[in-house]
Amino acid sequence: MSQPKDFGFNEDISMLKETFAKFLTEKQPINTLRPSLEGTEDPYHGATRAGFFDKDTWQQMIQLGWHAVAVPEEQGGIGMGLVAATALAEEIGRFALPTPLSTTLQACFLLRELKSAGADQLLSQIATGESVGLAIYGQQGSLNTDSTDVMHDAGTLTGTSWYVTDAQKLDHFIVAANSDNGIGLFKVSANQPGVTLEPDRIVDLTRDQACLVFSGAQAETLCEPGHGEPGLKAALPALLTLIAADIAGAAEWQLQATADYAKVRQQFDRPIGFFQAVKHPIVDIMIQTDATRSLVYNAACAFDFDRDDASRCAHLAKSSASDTASLASQCSTQLHGGIGFTWEADIQVYHKRQIHSEFMFGDGNWQRAKLAELI
Amino acid sequence: MSETRLNNEQQEFQEFCRRWLGENRPGPTKTPLPQAAYEVVDEEHRIYLSEWQAKCYQAGLIATDLPKEYGGHGHTGLQQIASAEVHRAKVPYFINWIGLGMTVPTLLAHGTEDQKKTFLPPIFTAEHIWCQGFSEPGAGSDLASLQTSAEKQGDHWVINGSKVWTSLGHFAQWMLLLARDDKHNKYGGITYFLAPMADPGITVKPIHKMTGESGFNEVFLDQVKIGDHLRVDEIGAGWKVAMSTLTSERGAGVGVGAVAGESPRLVMQQVINLAKDTIRNGKSVWDDPIWRDRLMKMYERTEAAIQNARRTKVKAINGGAMRIPLQSKVSGSEISQELHHLALGVLGLSSSLYTRDTHAADDGKWALGYMNTYTGTISGGSSEIQRNILGERVLGMPKTK
Repeated sequence: MSQPKDFGFNEDISMLKETFAKFLTEKQPINTLRPSLEGTEDPYHGATRAGFFDKDTWQQMIQLGWHAVAVPEEQGGIGMGLVAATALAEEIGRFALPTPLSTTLQACFLLRELKSAGADQLLSQIATGESVGLAIYGQQGSLNTDSTDVMHDAGTLTGTSWYVTDAQKLDHFIVAANSDNGIGLFKVSANQPGVTLEPDRIVDLTRDQACLVFSGAQAETLCEPGHGEPGLKAALPALLTLIAADIAGAAEWQLQATADYAKVRQQFDRPIGFFQAVKHPIVDIMIQTDATRSLVYNAACAFDFDRDDASRCAHLAKSSASDTASLASQCSTQLHGGIGFTWEADIQVYHKRQIHSEFMFGDGNWQRAKLAELI
Repeated sequence: MSETRLNNEQQEFQEFCRRWLGENRPGPTKTPLPQAAYEVVDEEHRIYLSEWQAKCYQAGLIATDLPKEYGGHGHTGLQQIASAEVHRAKVPYFINWIGLGMTVPTLLAHGTEDQKKTFLPPIFTAEHIWCQGFSEPGAGSDLASLQTSAEKQGDHWVINGSKVWTSLGHFAQWMLLLARDDKHNKYGGITYFLAPMADPGITVKPIHKMTGESGFNEVFLDQVKIGDHLRVDEIGAGWKVAMSTLTSERGAGVGVGAVAGESPRLVMQQVINLAKDTIRNGKSVWDDPIWRDRLMKMYERTEAAIQNARRTKVKAINGGAMRIPLQSKVSGSEISQELHHLALGVLGLSSSLYTRDTHAADDGKWALGYMNTYTGTISGGSSEIQRNILGERVLGMPKTK
């Protein structure tokens, strides 16, 4: 199979992206986020953040069907592919939106690969507006898909899942757990007995993160022991592409914000964008961001239309995205000067989101090591 | 080319191109061709390459979509297919790359009917080789500071001055010439001419590059007479016309026939193979994780360039018509340079061996190629100038000048 030349970016998807962007432009998520941060600023004495997201916005998103874009029609969803989901992820990144949607999209693509009754059931629950996330990391946060510290035995889970993204926003979790027969994938719910959520204190203001501690929690099987790793591997290109799209969207915001600032900030009687020491690094953000965006669209399209090439394309996209996250963040803060270093500036909000995303599902070096094995 | 798939006519034409290029691939030259069309100096190569270009034109691979009255073949939507197939077939490059890539789009946009009818057909057949007379010793990045003068005397102009870095000047019959008609108006005092290189007032003197090759020249213009019918567009409109020539030169214009050559993807694959074949300290360079990471970073950039070109044509996600095209020159030339430098690193000390050294890998082509990549990052508006243009035209930052 080969990819369509237009990245599968048809009129429906263009309109989806445009409508979603318009919705978020009206919401201005950072302005809604700001009040929830009050009192949490001080790293030594500040209160712990509670994983804020705007629940009204989320309900509206559900009414508009965006939560179910990647749920198959058989499970009551819209049944679109990764090209569509990537379009949403890019806008989530561009608006730095705190939302359960990012992890729920990830969950959809993992569940779709599992092809089990349990997975289909959970997809149906997503279609009704329930949110899901992934609990697949051990304490080392290893980038490989076999690194869980949770054990599965006789239908129950024991141990800890680390670095669970947006855990405080979610209804259910897909947990990777080991057993004598290998790794399987299991469903637990946020409020069930034997599941304790221990929030992390994290740098990123737009997401939350937690440890999930299991003490004999009842777990529904989504994927039998021994089949969890192949399931995760099959979904990995989608997970990489979604996070890379988020980075690309956020980098585009960093680019435009920095260019805009360089047009208005005056020093030496001129806007600083006149000076090539400022102008050229901003152009370099654009060149790097455009490379990432093109590789992201290519990876999404490969996943939907040319699955044999999806891994290669996804490692390319996240490799590029991780470097873009780093470059765009470094330059945007530096070129804003003192103001960019302050809590008031939105530049810092994006910077923190980006250096979180940079390492999710593997940093650039790891992507390139995997890539080299594929070509 | 259509966004998604080829129509019947395009498909048939694509099959024709593939068959024709397969059957008509020219044989080898007596001495190897230089790496790129801008380095051709041997008469043997000029004849060989001109004949090849004429043959491709007659087959319909050049000027495919241009109107018949200008020597074109009168098709629609077929040029990109021809260009892609020429590229894919890895046949020799077209010698008249300045004529095809710059004169044709410039005259189509700004030329008179007479100029188009007279000058376009011999460009396609390579009967008239073209060179570009823009840069001067004192006018490089600040091109509009050029001093070569044009003085109107009755129905003709008298030109005095000198040009530099003139590729193909030693073969050319015609030059795209910028000259100053008004000393007191920097941008509005430049006029654009078509200059006959046969004029007795023109002297061409080769310049040797850091590679040791020649291929570009100094050109001295002493009392050169040019008829007013050879002026392009209005008096004083030269800067505007030059900008449209440069847009074509930088890869953002409409092509009339690709300059064949090795694609970055192919060169990247060669460098990866080189790393796999080069053994140092008991293992291949490819097996060193640091080298592997560097190679994959480069691979990522070459793939991104391909996907960028693809995205240019998808309106919903291209970020505006000019955003990616204006990046193609700076990105392409920097990728090529770093890629060649990477190849030198893979070879290590062996990269010191140059052409005709019996031990040199690939007959020294990596060192030669590396040095020649500076043509890309400096000529046609240096990378620094490209970044100014991108910052100003795409991101709206204040003009540096």
